[in-house]
Amino acid sequence: MSVSRPLPHDAAALHVTGAARYVDDIPVPADCLHLAFGLSGIAHGRITALDLDAVRAAPGVVAVLTADDLPFANDVSPSNHDEPLLVSGHVHYVGQPVFAVVAVSHHAARRAARLGKISCDPLPALLELDEALAADSRFEDGPRIYEQGDAKGAIAAAPVVIEDSFELGGQEHFYLEGQAALVLPQENGDMLVHSSTQHPSEIQHKVADALGLSMHGVRVETRRMGGGFGGKESQGNQLAVACAVAARLTGRPCKMRYDRDDDMVITGKRHDFRIRYRAGFDQEGRIMGVDFVHLVRCGWAQDLSLPVADRAMLHADNAYFLPAARIESHRLRTNTQSATAFRGFGGPQGMVGIERVMDHAAHVLGLDPVEIRRRNYYAAAREGGSAPRPEASPRSISGKRKTSEARNLTPYGMEVEDFILHEMTERLLQDAGYAARRTAIAEWNRTHPHVRRGLGFSPVKFGISFTLTHLNQAGALVHVYQDGSVHLNHGGTEMGQGLFQKVAQVAAARFGIDLAQVRITATDTAKVPNTSATAASSGSDLNGMAVKAACDEIRGRMAAFLAESHQSDPAGVVFENGHVQVGGARYTFAEAAALAYQGRVSLSATGFYKTPGLAWDRIRGAGRPFFYFAYGAALSEVAVDLLTGENRILRADILHDAGRSLNPALDIGQIEGGYVQGAGWLTTEELVWDGDGRLRTHAPSTYKIPACSDRPDIFNVALWDGDNREETIYRSKAVGEPPFMLGISAWLALSDAVSGCGAAYPALNAPATPEELWRAIGRARDGV
Amino acid sequence: MDVTFLLNGETVALTDVPATATLLDYLREERRLCGTKEGCNEGDCGACTVMIADSRGARALNACILFLPQLNGKSVRTVEGLRGPDGALHPVQEEMIAHHGSQCGFCTPGFVMSMATAHLNGARDHDDQVAGNLCRCTGYAPIIRAAEAAAERPVPDWLGAGETPPPAIPAERMPTTADALASVYDAHPDATLIAGATDVGLWVTKGMRDLDDVIFLDACQDLKGIEITDDTIRVGAMVRMSELRAAIGAIHPSYAEMIRRYGSEQVRNAATIGGNIANGSPIGDNPPALIALGATLHLRAGEARREMPLESFFLDYGKQDRRAGEFVEAVSWARAPDLLKCYKLSKRFDQDISAVCGCFNITVEDGHVQQARIAFGGMAAIPKRAQNVEAALVRARWDAKGIAPALKAFDADFTPIDDMRASGVYRLEAARAMLARALAEDEGEVTSVLAVHP
Repeated sequence: MSVSRPLPHDAAALHVTGAARYVDDIPVPADCLHLAFGLSGIAHGRITALDLDAVRAAPGVVAVLTADDLPFANDVSPSNHDEPLLVSGHVHYVGQPVFAVVAVSHHAARRAARLGKISCDPLPALLELDEALAADSRFEDGPRIYEQGDAKGAIAAAPVVIEDSFELGGQEHFYLEGQAALVLPQENGDMLVHSSTQHPSEIQHKVADALGLSMHGVRVETRRMGGGFGGKESQGNQLAVACAVAARLTGRPCKMRYDRDDDMVITGKRHDFRIRYRAGFDQEGRIMGVDFVHLVRCGWAQDLSLPVADRAMLHADNAYFLPAARIESHRLRTNTQSATAFRGFGGPQGMVGIERVMDHAAHVLGLDPVEIRRRNYYAAAREGGSAPRPEASPRSISGKRKTSEARNLTPYGMEVEDFILHEMTERLLQDAGYAARRTAIAEWNRTHPHVRRGLGFSPVKFGISFTLTHLNQAGALVHVYQDGSVHLNHGGTEMGQGLFQKVAQVAAARFGIDLAQVRITATDTAKVPNTSATAASSGSDLNGMAVKAACDEIRGRMAAFLAESHQSDPAGVVFENGHVQVGGARYTFAEAAALAYQGRVSLSATGFYKTPGLAWDRIRGAGRPFFYFAYGAALSEVAVDLLTGENRILRADILHDAGRSLNPALDIGQIEGGYVQGAGWLTTEELVWDGDGRLRTHAPSTYKIPACSDRPDIFNVALWDGDNREETIYRSKAVGEPPFMLGISAWLALSDAVSGCGAAYPALNAPATPEELWRAIGRARDGV
Repeated sequence: MDVTFLLNGETVALTDVPATATLLDYLREERRLCGTKEGCNEGDCGACTVMIADSRGARALNACILFLPQLNGKSVRTVEGLRGPDGALHPVQEEMIAHHGSQCGFCTPGFVMSMATAHLNGARDHDDQVAGNLCRCTGYAPIIRAAEAAAERPVPDWLGAGETPPPAIPAERMPTTADALASVYDAHPDATLIAGATDVGLWVTKGMRDLDDVIFLDACQDLKGIEITDDTIRVGAMVRMSELRAAIGAIHPSYAEMIRRYGSEQVRNAATIGGNIANGSPIGDNPPALIALGATLHLRAGEARREMPLESFFLDYGKQDRRAGEFVEAVSWARAPDLLKCYKLSKRFDQDISAVCGCFNITVEDGHVQQARIAFGGMAAIPKRAQNVEAALVRARWDAKGIAPALKAFDADFTPIDDMRASGVYRLEAARAMLARALAEDEGEVTSVLAVHP
């Protein structure tokens, strides 16, 4: 069967030959125009004058657009209608698009865009968390607070109390393909949009609003992205809308792609956090209560900051039972890029918070960092999988909170029913030789004064589902042609994660045919409407199920028809090995399709899926936001140069839970890549803004994602062997985001390496650049 | 300018191309060869990597900062030209598929071209060969598995034979000798000299500057020599960093190791030592090493030549002691037993600009420092000698106590700035730490995390 086979990415042969087509590679009509934005040079102020004469006069310029030229909605926000396409009076950050140049070439547009003279009355800019907090500059009326039990009381009663505050930097997506859109005007004012987006329906919606069209007037197509990572969930709106407006104005095709520096300056990044914590432990290292404050730098517009900050709160427990917890989250508005979705969507930040608490407590209590974690794990899942659950009852969110003796209640009142980290941790420690390596490293550190080694362990428990419950739906469209070939379409987008291949494997399995008979086609709002973003790791869970439903519908019709003509039972018709078996007859799938066609059977169907059992009140922080949890565990080993703080990862051992993997090769790819990206976030990837709010790390020359040699020398990745206890597509689990957080183990290993330099806790911040390690070494030695 | 080259085996002749038209734009926009991708347009991501060959062999280069005139008389192979005549995939392409080396696929053509070039050249230092190719999806592990598997397979015959590009079209602005360069530059002293274009390229792609008045240096064969005698080493200005690395590997291993981390394979295949000196950057990595070696800079204007200690060339930020019409001809230094230690400090090991680059040439006899030449990049507005540190070291004991005054003397030599790469405080302390590391290294300690293996 095609599912669970380690097949290559569906486009691998296109990738390696350069034939895979991205938005900027699509052939365009000769009259295509190109756009570039003129950007704000200040962080906050009012525009007093806009002199664009030189722009208009520049070679190749066809038109220049300002906010005044926009025919309808001047908005590209995915949430709160607070994000104008072009500045209308008020500038909110350095890099905000103020005007758009439409020119005959990409270079002509870029060159002309630099000629604009933007005069501003500067206003005080809020750049830092402290400034925003002091000014009460925030989204929502006050902090969100999730509470379970009496955290303050529990901490006060605890024999051991730790407390600190640390910085957790943001992260640039650095998708290799920058943002891009191409808009082709159609008859009747309609628009065909090609967009490098994770969310074609959102692009459709925003373009329609900007042109005063109904959604049926806009068709968005996305074949693939050159990487997304959350950065193309909402950040592509600006380009698609600008092109659409320009296309309407000029009647010509319009294309826009950001130059890398523009991309980094304009678009949002992962939210940086400051996390304050105060936690009480008993002498055995069991946590009694914890109090977190998340200060979240959201940037100038709301974008997706509320659900991001929510998800950080929802992962403040990670894998640990917190008998009493209080999580207070401030979503602060600053004059910087509007922070946005990024793989993990706040989850990683929340998780780093509790991992830091565990690390700190282990240091204070003199406990092995793995042991303290195991003592605090949620209770193991009961054997035999979860009981069938009815559709969510309102009681589950409005009812009185029980204080759990069972150690499986999250701070938001959801019971963890599928916890497998006890077994996974044991297996990982065995396979990685943890105990022996601990001893060897202690010996190394005793005999090497300048280079220390460290080990870091971190588990991952990541909640699967959009916390905005209505997004947990998906549609598919499947056609079977009379030659037995299958055309497959669904609402998910392909950004490298292998979604299309996994879903094609599902379709091939349902029809019992070879994968080569299934053609995967570009995501298209005209084929499947009202789609959710391909985000929240949900792609294969949702779309796989929707495709299965569509395939099963067609299969059912074929079976009914064939059974009738053979006077047999439809339930007895078997689709496998490229054949359809009915009664005593055996047809190739193509023959069966031809017969069904001749029998006037519809061979086209839509499929639909919605995740069952979800109910979530985000204001109260109560209910069941997640269908299930995905698990993982990682052990990293690092070396740190005590003289300069230079460091590197020597080895990583990972055991990850992808349920009954749909494609182990693709899943391992997500895990390896996620780990390196997560480790990069916490080590080399440093975003630096200057005092005027200018991003100084706006190109790969200054912003350092991991390079090839930064991956661990030894890199062991294994999949946990087990079914998803919930009824997901072939009992698989989501795998897009969870492995990202395995990279936290590298950061913990660095903390471990330097924690023996002196008596004090090194209190490592993130990213742990060489300079930050050097400071942490100083703190460990001097206790300051 | 008029240029001719071979593109995937087919002769191309172009007339009146702008001097700063890039190969990447030409491929994508003129030829619709869209397999070569634009990822950063500054030579840092490798998505635009192509294979360029001439009589000196094949090398991987970034097409985004490669100007068309630089291709004159060369052979260009893009990902579209990598398959065999019958459509057969190159072994690197096959192994990339088999080992799941692509996810989003956008960086993949660049990787494939770097890997195919390395494969052709028999290079097996895979991490270094692809250090200039960024991938955000895979974590690199499957790509290296593919490279290792491909290394076991022969170079396909359609690439092995090599091909002969058309002879370069001669042009005054593409002189072929140092004499011709001296003459044309003397006549046009305001012209911009373009060697490897790893810096000038960004003036165009990011600064969007119009550079019409240019002179390309790449054809000056007599500036490409490396002469190593018993007494001296003399390196021509147009020697590429990859060539310098190979030439000095056995002579100055620490310098060569520093060059291993300098830029990337693609950048080292373009960047020249003359360019790195002449542009006067305070964070260029060659000047500190060369100053520590006591190198002499050879300048020429017309028929006039002069030479000076390299450190005297750097006057102030962006200001060098270079007269109108004067160009760097070579750099040379005296042979001596190698004591040079080069320490490059950056956020990322590979392809990152140094926050601090410290180079130490310290002679110790009977436990005491006899001589010390120490120079730093990233610590001042220019590459600068640590003269107070040197003075405090000479005659001091070469041990922890002995170097204490020298560690203090750093304050007198440097007041580094804060920027996005590092704070001034850290730079200063890291510079001190490098002196301590030099001592620890002599004492036989493990001092580099790169020397630690799991």
